[in-house]
Amino acid sequence: MPTARLRFESWGRYPPIETEVLPLHWMSDFQAARLPQGDLLPVGMGRSYGDVCLLDHGTLLTARGLDRLIEFDAETGLLRCEAGVTLAEILDFAVPRGFFLPITPGTKYVTVGGAIANDIHGKNHHGSGTFGNRLLRFELMRTDGARLLCSPTENAAWFAATIGGLGLTGLIAWAEIRLRPIVSRRIRSVCEKFVGIDEFVELSRAAAHVNYSVAWIDCVARGRNFARGIFMLGQHHDQPEPLTTSAKPWLTFPINLPEFALNRTSVGLFNTLYYNRQFAKRAETLVDYEPFFYPLDRVLDWNRMYGKAGLLQFQCVIPWEDQKQAGITRILEEITRSGLASFLAVIKVFGDVRSPGMMSFPRPGITLALDFPIRAQVSFALLDRLAEITVEHGGKMYPAKDARMTPRQFQAFYPQWEQFQQYIDPRINSAFWKRVTAHV
Amino acid sequence: MSEPASKGVLKVLILGATSAIAMAVERRLAAEGAVFYLVGRDPERVRSVAADLRVRSGAAAYADALDLADTSGHEAMLRRAVAAMGGIDLALVAYGVLGDQARAEASYPAAARILETNFNSVVSLLTWLGNYFEAQGKGVLAVISSVAGDRGRKSNYVYGASKAALNTFLDGMRARLDRKGVHVLTIRPGFVDSPMTAHLPKNKLFAQPDAIAAGILKAIRKRKDIVYLPPIWGPIMFIVRNIPEFIFKKTNL
Repeated sequence: MPTARLRFESWGRYPPIETEVLPLHWMSDFQAARLPQGDLLPVGMGRSYGDVCLLDHGTLLTARGLDRLIEFDAETGLLRCEAGVTLAEILDFAVPRGFFLPITPGTKYVTVGGAIANDIHGKNHHGSGTFGNRLLRFELMRTDGARLLCSPTENAAWFAATIGGLGLTGLIAWAEIRLRPIVSRRIRSVCEKFVGIDEFVELSRAAAHVNYSVAWIDCVARGRNFARGIFMLGQHHDQPEPLTTSAKPWLTFPINLPEFALNRTSVGLFNTLYYNRQFAKRAETLVDYEPFFYPLDRVLDWNRMYGKAGLLQFQCVIPWEDQKQAGITRILEEITRSGLASFLAVIKVFGDVRSPGMMSFPRPGITLALDFPIRAQVSFALLDRLAEITVEHGGKMYPAKDARMTPRQFQAFYPQWEQFQQYIDPRINSAFWKRVTAHV
Repeated sequence: MSEPASKGVLKVLILGATSAIAMAVERRLAAEGAVFYLVGRDPERVRSVAADLRVRSGAAAYADALDLADTSGHEAMLRRAVAAMGGIDLALVAYGVLGDQARAEASYPAAARILETNFNSVVSLLTWLGNYFEAQGKGVLAVISSVAGDRGRKSNYVYGASKAALNTFLDGMRARLDRKGVHVLTIRPGFVDSPMTAHLPKNKLFAQPDAIAAGILKAIRKRKDIVYLPPIWGPIMFIVRNIPEFIFKKTNL
């Protein structure tokens, strides 16, 4: 089959890699005789930020064409679909039928295969765990022609290796998940202001029984406003209402902003306005699920805000064992001092539901995620310091959002990586995997 | 799934059901609850498309694996479709081969394969379906042709000739059946971003299959005769058709 040489960008648009791309449209496209020579990597929407969805010197197999639904049980909410179906498509299908995703990340423009490969998490991690926790089974296709039906009881080792396996174990052909019933599109949401990590932890503990929780945190404010933020809770509304389909987004971020547009002053101003938008300490509202879960999806291509150079994401989790959340505080201090932070910064408590994924990222503790514009030397140096602090405090970083961690850091975060290697398909590789397993 | 569909539900026959444009049309019709009889060459593909449509529409979707380039199976298949759905309201012809122009220039069998698939075999289906719709006094025959049929170009005139012949056939068939209540629609898409064109570099003229599908359904609703999709191809092909031959023959289009 013919391939095309394209610039395939990850969401962070960094690192820039030009590569061969071969779209897959049918499961039968994935067989040795039809695939090109050299390394391969199956990918979905390319919404991971760094290089887990990139491959230099090889062919990316874009699986978006595997977008068919296979089976749906309107009684139980059981959905089987091909792995290139996006979560947005599942919502369009399921919401009018009274069902919702069991787990969703902050964007609905990811594929089911990508959600498995990165073992994504959402605002309900504290109670529901990761995508892998809600996965009933899937089929894994290997380049040697083997087709493995994987579930917690069948081919369980392959099930574990593929969840969070970064696409390296083979092509996920289809998957089966159980959707959760809803009676309304809306979310009953409570927003509460806080100042400091201690208050954030207190609020999180008190909200352990609520479906969804996440907090926006100001990474620019210093002094008595240090670590101020807005804690946001959500619960599916329980009063029946019409279940319509979402409108299509109509706003596309029109241009690549110049580098100077995002700076300490503009972000600081935004943060102050955002923090003070809500006058009361606590406010309760009923909001549609779209702005609640996917505020940024309303603007297509919002990554252009960071200009041509792209952006770096940083997401770590620091375990509870870390005394007094010293690691999170150090990381926040480091970011505040740098003045590089964007306004897209979130902090959340991960619960103790253990994912079946061998290489899964979430673990009990506090997770912090934020964007940085790419500024030569400055942002790379900052990210390197943040990664070191994460290592020192026994935490780990999220491959789906990384373009910087060193082999030493990765191997400290994921000591099981050597055991994982035996499950990697010999024809599959990624720019990320080459980077973090390089000899140092 | 064996009982015929009830009245009021659109009964759709898709010939070449696994092509990118056909799949986009099917998804849009599934949202309206249509019943489908799907014909395509690869059994696994047709089955997976049928399953998808059943889930989306909640209605029946029958899968029939058949190589439509071979006309010997046409009549039996068409009878199966009528029996399964209890009739046909809309038939969409959506299969064809782009072929390899260089090989078609070098040898007649390669050229003949393009002509037989894109023209002769379609004529076999249209003949039966035209008579069927004429007898029932209604029906829509929507046929995907191509802008390539508007003028023979150096780079793909064999494919273009197959589509030009198809366009002419459809013009005549429309004149015959329009007065019998049958709607004959010639669809002329420009470049479409699909597996058929996966090997070509893409530019702004390439349309997504779903945009073409939306245009097809609109043209059916409006009872159009000929539709260029996306519509920008109407004026483009007007210009292309009107370039004097002494200039056109020098181009590399």
